[in-house]
Amino acid sequence: MSESSPSRLVVRIRGVKKSFGANRVLDGVDLDVRKGEVVVVIGPSGSGKTTLLRCINLLETYDEGSIQVDGVEVGFRDGGGAVRHRRSDRELSHIRADIGMVFQLFNLFPHLTARKNVMLGLRKVRGLSAAEAKRTAEQWLVRVGLGDKLDSLPSQLSGGQQQRVGIARAVAMDPKVLLLDEITSALDPELVGEVLTVVQELAQDGMTMIVVTHEMSFARDVGTRIVFMDGARIQVEGTPREVLARTDHERLRAFLARIELKLH
Amino acid sequence: MLYAIRSLPFLWQGLFVTLEVSALVVFFSLIAGVILGVGIVYGPWWLYWPIRIYSDFLRGIPLLVLIFFLYYALPFVSINLTNIAAVVLALAAFETAHIIEVVRGAIQSIPRGQNEAAKTIGLTFGKRLLYVIAPQAVRRFLPPWINAVVDTVKGSALVSLVGIVDLTLAIQQVIGRTYIPMPLYILGAVMYFVINYSLSSASRALEARFAYIRE
Amino acid sequence: MTYHLNFDFVWRHFDKLGWGLVLSLELALVSILIGMAIGLSLALAYTGGGRLVRGIVAGYVEFIRNVPLLLLVYLVFYGVPSVGGFAYEATASFVITLAVYAGATMVEVFRAGLAAVPGGLIDAGKAIGLTGWQRLICVRLPTMFRIVLPSLSNAYISLFKDTSLASVIAVPELTYGAQWINTNSFRVIEVWAVTAPMYLVTGYGLLFLLQRLERRFVVH
Repeated sequence: MSESSPSRLVVRIRGVKKSFGANRVLDGVDLDVRKGEVVVVIGPSGSGKTTLLRCINLLETYDEGSIQVDGVEVGFRDGGGAVRHRRSDRELSHIRADIGMVFQLFNLFPHLTARKNVMLGLRKVRGLSAAEAKRTAEQWLVRVGLGDKLDSLPSQLSGGQQQRVGIARAVAMDPKVLLLDEITSALDPELVGEVLTVVQELAQDGMTMIVVTHEMSFARDVGTRIVFMDGARIQVEGTPREVLARTDHERLRAFLARIELKLH
Repeated sequence: MLYAIRSLPFLWQGLFVTLEVSALVVFFSLIAGVILGVGIVYGPWWLYWPIRIYSDFLRGIPLLVLIFFLYYALPFVSINLTNIAAVVLALAAFETAHIIEVVRGAIQSIPRGQNEAAKTIGLTFGKRLLYVIAPQAVRRFLPPWINAVVDTVKGSALVSLVGIVDLTLAIQQVIGRTYIPMPLYILGAVMYFVINYSLSSASRALEARFAYIRE
Repeated sequence: MTYHLNFDFVWRHFDKLGWGLVLSLELALVSILIGMAIGLSLALAYTGGGRLVRGIVAGYVEFIRNVPLLLLVYLVFYGVPSVGGFAYEATASFVITLAVYAGATMVEVFRAGLAAVPGGLIDAGKAIGLTGWQRLICVRLPTMFRIVLPSLSNAYISLFKDTSLASVIAVPELTYGAQWINTNSFRVIEVWAVTAPMYLVTGYGLLFLLQRLERRFVVH
């Protein structure tokens, strides 16, 4: 990744606020994500990190502020101005096609084989022909190590295998940014490695990612930037080395201590 | 006992009427139930309440009451249906209410994550329904729907109470002539059993086959 | 032909409906209690028994659940006495029929309920030295009852509606009362306009009461 030329700003988040009823979940969040970055978001549950992620591809709406992906405002039709109109389903379809997401609970389509799971978006959203979609899907499934499971149904796959299909499904769409929502939290410990390896390889190939996770070793080794969220705001931001070495921030230290305790 | 055998053709006719009534009811209630069921899930709020009230009302009264009411009351408001039409209407209205609930359950039991994943790869509402929701909803719908068909066949026995010669009334009439109730009741029970047991076995088999659709 | 609504006859003979409703509730109650006894014993037999026992129980359940209740009512009321050589009252006959019918549903309810008792609880019982019987009485049954309460409520309300079939053998429950008023006055719309809501309101009332009862006991 070149340091000299400024990388394109892929995701631009400014002043985002969101409440669920009386509960303020996001309280003024600013974040920039540049091309090729791997931004890891950590923090205690309830800190708003998953909600922030889900606002980026508008699985959740945000009340105030701005989220732009590649210059396009995600939630509203007109960027500024007094009255903002929320985007229609059609518009969101276009926007979401360029944002990939991998879920904690996989959310694979159970009635489709691994291959068909990956092909669905390629055919019905990208408009590829059956042959092209099949080729692309198979390439990606081989890439994530599931070349022998193309015709398997999700119910026939282990958790780690299902998650890798989920990754293939998201990445095959050639997204501008990949959102990873605690993708290993629901996996048995011995299956976590195979999934994180795939993600690491994608990162090395230059995929822009925003990763919500508890896997601190991943954050340290693969992340280019760590963001610590707590109480609906970003509290600390910086390179992994910087953030993990911060001794002055109390809540960060307490959080890291709890996490490390669980790991060892 | 010889009488029982000789009355078999008569019983077959009754069975045919039972199957005919059941088939008509299943046909109409399936169409109406699916349309209204989808309407209650995806439709605007002003569709929700009428359908909901209809469904709750018809499931809250006994089938027999509904049959008697329609059978006796319709002529009074100048709607003159044939006997069969009246009972088919009553049964179909009743079953539709149940099928609305089956459809609703089938759709709403699909985990939210499915719709979210479908949004995530950029599918629009119509395509989400067609490629992700409907395939799963149909698989969840079929086993309980077959159970509803079994209920329809059982419910059809009530038409015997308003003079329609279905299998149950045929049995009654043969008993009236031969005075050997028990063997005939057993025979009738077996005939109903064969039909319904095949259906419920199919339902169980489908449920097992589609288990992969539920996590 | 215009029809003028006139509820007089219905109100004058409302006692047939009112007491009929009470009888319906009673019939359903007695049937479900007997049905629960049948269902629980058979469910325990099924869970603990060998292939033969399981086959017999399954046969009973499948038979009852696939044959129309109306036919069962006739079979018990007209058929059985002809074989057994005795006669019984319509009400008793109906209760037996409905109890046997309820029993079939209850077998499945209790079987599923027993299976749903968390294995960990049973292990805990073993660990403190309880015998099989003690585990059944002190751990498994109490837990099972809390799990099946919602199913029991639904079954009771369902049976309440099924009592309408007692009218065909002249048991004076609610539907019979309505039919009596119907055939003696031809006030068709009025009588059903009163009777149907009686079933509806009672059903919802039961649902409400039973749900409040559940809230105190159900394991979530």
